[in-house]
Amino acid sequence: MGLLLTGGLYAVATTVNQAKADTTSYSASDVEEGGKLFAANCATCHGMGASGTNDGPSLVGVGAAAVDFQVGTGRMPMQMSGPQAQKKPAQFNEEQTKQLAAYVASLGAGPAIPEEKLLDGKGDAANGGELFRVNCAMCHNAAAAGGALTRGKFAPGLAGVTEAHIYEAMATGPQNMPVFNDSNITPEDKRDIITFLKTIEANGSPGGAELGSLGPVSEGLFVWVAGLGVIIAFTIWLTSRTS
Amino acid sequence: MSASSTAEAPFVPKTKVGSFTNFVDERVGGSGILREFGRKVFPDHWSFMFGEVALYSFVILLMSGTFLTFFFDPSMAETHYQGSYTPLYNVEMSVAYNSSLNISFDVRGGLFMRQVHHWAALLFVASLGVHMLRVFFTGAFRKPREMNWVVGGVLLILAMAAGFTGYSLPDDLLSGNGLRIIDGVIKSIPVIGTYISFFLFGGEFPGTAIIGRLYVLHILLVPALILLMIVIHLFMVVVHKHTQYPGPGRNDGNVVGYPLGPVYAAKAGGFFFIVFGVLALMAAAFTINPIWNYGPYDPSPVSAGTQPDWYIGFVDGALRLMPGVVNNFHFEWIILGHTLTLNVLLPALVPAGIIFTVLFTYPWIERWVTKDNREHHVLDRPRNAPTRTAIGVAGFTWYCVMWAAAGSDLIATHFHVSLNDVTYWLRTLFFIGPIIAFIVTKRIALALQRKDREIALHGRETGRIVRLPHGEFIEVHAPLDEYKRYKLVGFESPAPLPAQPNEHGVVTRKEKRRAALSKWFFEDRVAPATPAELEAAHAHGHHEAITSGEDQKSLSH
Amino acid sequence: MGNHSDGSPNHSGTVATAGQNEVEKFQDPGLPPHRLRLADTDPVAAKRAERQVAILFGTSVIGTLVFLVAYFAIDLGDDTTIATIRTQNLLLGLGTAFAMLGIGTGIVHWAKALMPDHEVSEERHAIRTEEDRQAAVRIVDDIVEETGIKRRPLIRNTLLGAVALAPLPALAIFGDLGPRPDKALAHTMWAPDGDKLKRLTRDPDGTPIKASDVTIGSAFHVIPEGLNELHEGKLNEKAKAVVLLMRLDPNSLNPSEGRENWSYNGIVAYSKICTHVGCPVALYEQQTHHLLCPCHQSTFDLTQECKVIFGPASRPLPQLPIAVDAEGYLVATSDFREPVGPSYWERDEHERLINS
Repeated sequence: MGLLLTGGLYAVATTVNQAKADTTSYSASDVEEGGKLFAANCATCHGMGASGTNDGPSLVGVGAAAVDFQVGTGRMPMQMSGPQAQKKPAQFNEEQTKQLAAYVASLGAGPAIPEEKLLDGKGDAANGGELFRVNCAMCHNAAAAGGALTRGKFAPGLAGVTEAHIYEAMATGPQNMPVFNDSNITPEDKRDIITFLKTIEANGSPGGAELGSLGPVSEGLFVWVAGLGVIIAFTIWLTSRTS
Repeated sequence: MSASSTAEAPFVPKTKVGSFTNFVDERVGGSGILREFGRKVFPDHWSFMFGEVALYSFVILLMSGTFLTFFFDPSMAETHYQGSYTPLYNVEMSVAYNSSLNISFDVRGGLFMRQVHHWAALLFVASLGVHMLRVFFTGAFRKPREMNWVVGGVLLILAMAAGFTGYSLPDDLLSGNGLRIIDGVIKSIPVIGTYISFFLFGGEFPGTAIIGRLYVLHILLVPALILLMIVIHLFMVVVHKHTQYPGPGRNDGNVVGYPLGPVYAAKAGGFFFIVFGVLALMAAAFTINPIWNYGPYDPSPVSAGTQPDWYIGFVDGALRLMPGVVNNFHFEWIILGHTLTLNVLLPALVPAGIIFTVLFTYPWIERWVTKDNREHHVLDRPRNAPTRTAIGVAGFTWYCVMWAAAGSDLIATHFHVSLNDVTYWLRTLFFIGPIIAFIVTKRIALALQRKDREIALHGRETGRIVRLPHGEFIEVHAPLDEYKRYKLVGFESPAPLPAQPNEHGVVTRKEKRRAALSKWFFEDRVAPATPAELEAAHAHGHHEAITSGEDQKSLSH
Repeated sequence: MGNHSDGSPNHSGTVATAGQNEVEKFQDPGLPPHRLRLADTDPVAAKRAERQVAILFGTSVIGTLVFLVAYFAIDLGDDTTIATIRTQNLLLGLGTAFAMLGIGTGIVHWAKALMPDHEVSEERHAIRTEEDRQAAVRIVDDIVEETGIKRRPLIRNTLLGAVALAPLPALAIFGDLGPRPDKALAHTMWAPDGDKLKRLTRDPDGTPIKASDVTIGSAFHVIPEGLNELHEGKLNEKAKAVVLLMRLDPNSLNPSEGRENWSYNGIVAYSKICTHVGCPVALYEQQTHHLLCPCHQSTFDLTQECKVIFGPASRPLPQLPIAVDAEGYLVATSDFREPVGPSYWERDEHERLINS
């Protein structure tokens, strides 16, 4: 009985992130073209059929969302080895990205590309802010300006990232980012978080230039270099001989 | 009041202003004060103005702070935000944080005053630091100013305390985590740590008392102490009169400069407005302490890039650099059933302890080593005291390594390097940085002294190359006038003082140690050029003067 | 360059010990001659300087007006945008800046260009004369003599005793600022309520978490059931009880002896309070299985029961023993088996108390 329970629970556990909103429909040609693109650009590291090699993990079950994120932000194809894949100009256009996503999605069920209504930015920003501070600020910084991880890895700043990519990152947990499945942060909550991020990005700071939103370090640097610098310039003028 | 025997006609004021002034003067004796101070002479150099920057920043802190006290509420009672900043709407928070948000978003000029206040606080401590560095490097802490140096050190500590208590008041996530760290450090103190922690916080962390208590410290006790120290500090400056840089016409027996009224007062008074203006400019255009981004303090969330304000940075940096475990050797020990947390205690207490101890006792250390007990009112140019300058730069470098360590994660993300590597590098620099800084600074100072000698003896290199009739090329040097030359040669270069026997004819061990230190302090020295050397320099290699249309350019090299 | 000495001790003729000037040095040439400024000789230049000062003062007036207009023309309320606040802040600030800088630079320019700039020399007076010292010594002697304290040691001793003790009440009266530390640090809210085990719930909304919710790679931020319903001391309890919940491949966990049943199918729960000085250790690196504390970069390895692998922390994070209840929700089977958070003097004693 115990075995049945555990086994059953375990099976459920891996399906929690199933495409509950699996509304993207891919055509067979999407899948086929995607497969060709995959073989040409991704299989070297991820293996034929995305089954994984020593150089890259298996992509079976990562879902269309992961592909849309990784390829859409340019992280994949990875350009050089390093602590983590860097964001760079996307190598594939929207059509090709969709095809790659279709192909990978066909290999095994995984998180889907989120529906538009979850990305409309009309959620509850206050709730999103609370969730952001508990779940995200420790890596991305309270103002989403980014932060350091160990050994050269980092959590990037979120300004300028599209709503879809933010959602997909939460859902798929790219690289060292944890996976925030729908039982951890519900789709509604994800919408709230995205609303919060877009609100603060649009607002800017009421106090003026943000100095990178990095906190006391940049403020201290500024007061020493700019503040004292200007003051010293004034003192030199004040004590100099006039002509 | 004297009804003297000589018939003096009593003074009858002729104007309204005159009669008012006379009224007050007869009762207060202002004339005497004016006589003493009205035309007092103050030397004028830009490096003397940092103390003023600190003083004016403090005045601005008092003014902006008073405004804030009318709107801030230090209570830690729970409330839900109903103000106009929508991303925090209905969020649970303390009244203190709520009132800080109110000031920022719902009080006109509130955000401006908050920003003026915080920028002024950063500038206050920064200018204090630069002022102390200037005083140190010019030797202004020597007799009779040793006690004023100590008062200044106390002011630095009080200023840091004022800043720390101040930025913790809004009870936001960033400063709240700072308080958490302080509580962690306090708890690590042996025997009495938990007692102090419960005492300060009124129980377990965070409790409901701490913000109110910090408020009392911040608006009443610490500013009162700062004011008291400033009064003592300025009183001594008046009694001792200000120091001055060496130069023509200046010696230990006079002060050269401008009279208090009108020039010095005008410049100093105008400078207050300039400092205020610069701070207003910063508060107008640059965000500082955006508490709305951090959210209310809660023990669960934390922001990447959690640092204290810059002046507490060196303590945070020391905490970061200390390893907790090295190859299975733990720095936390259990001794007789009690826990000793050296990985916290050592970095929190030792570097700050060393820095402040050396800071406070340095005037006496130098007095002991040099046996120089004379009054000094003429400053040293830093290059003319190479060992002292090198010690100062070494100490400052050590401070800066720890300060930089507080931003290790930001260094890592900004320069795309590994966080762990930054820590390893700074750990190394913690030990070898000051040593390298000492050696390099001393050599630079000695080299500058040699350059001064060359200029004094041979004049300024003009860059003009002249060919003499017999074919030789020489560079024309312009000799210095006697005033400029005196600036370069008017300093003392003491030799090391060997061990002297005491009154019983015995050379004590302490005296031997002093002699060794004196040797280290003085043995590398470059003495000032003398008139005899100048004669020799003129006699040697003197060439016919070439009329050049410009006055006083003789050729010598 | 000739063979004049370079000033080093071995060659130089200028060796002066502190306080003794035996060798002939350059004499002080006195104050350099005063140079006139343009405004001193040229009345047109003086008039120009005067106009410049006036313009600077005029700028100040404009600055003040800008401030007043910006303050009264813009009101703040519920529908104010951030942009409006930013604009008002900028205008108030620029107004103040020009108001102040105008006055400041005006006065300074006036002093520099127009007021006399002759350097003056003033003699320093001795800080203390021998005459003053002797008079002061005499006065002090007279005063002490008149108190008679040297002849009356009984008065002196009892006075010292009284004065030494008198400040003590002023210190003692602050005693109620805080209670004495009790065993509170040893316990958290995770302790079972009698037989009832506490469920693990989401931070901040307090909804319980099912084991099936926690997939590999997840990181849940957890508070104990009932925390949000506390009326008093909520943050105090939260400050000890916050937990991180993650799921790893069970084969990578390597539990030590006695901890085999503290996890559930690879799901593990650890205290989120850093054992260094108490910040939340909230950064979970999914692929490396490391937990990073953002304050001082202490790093803990989940596959070694959160042993410290970098940084200033010394002790591993305490583990919360968990299991699953009848409905599939995660519960804590007991409180932590050691005090959470930063170390303190009595910590070892408390740990023994918990495990007794």
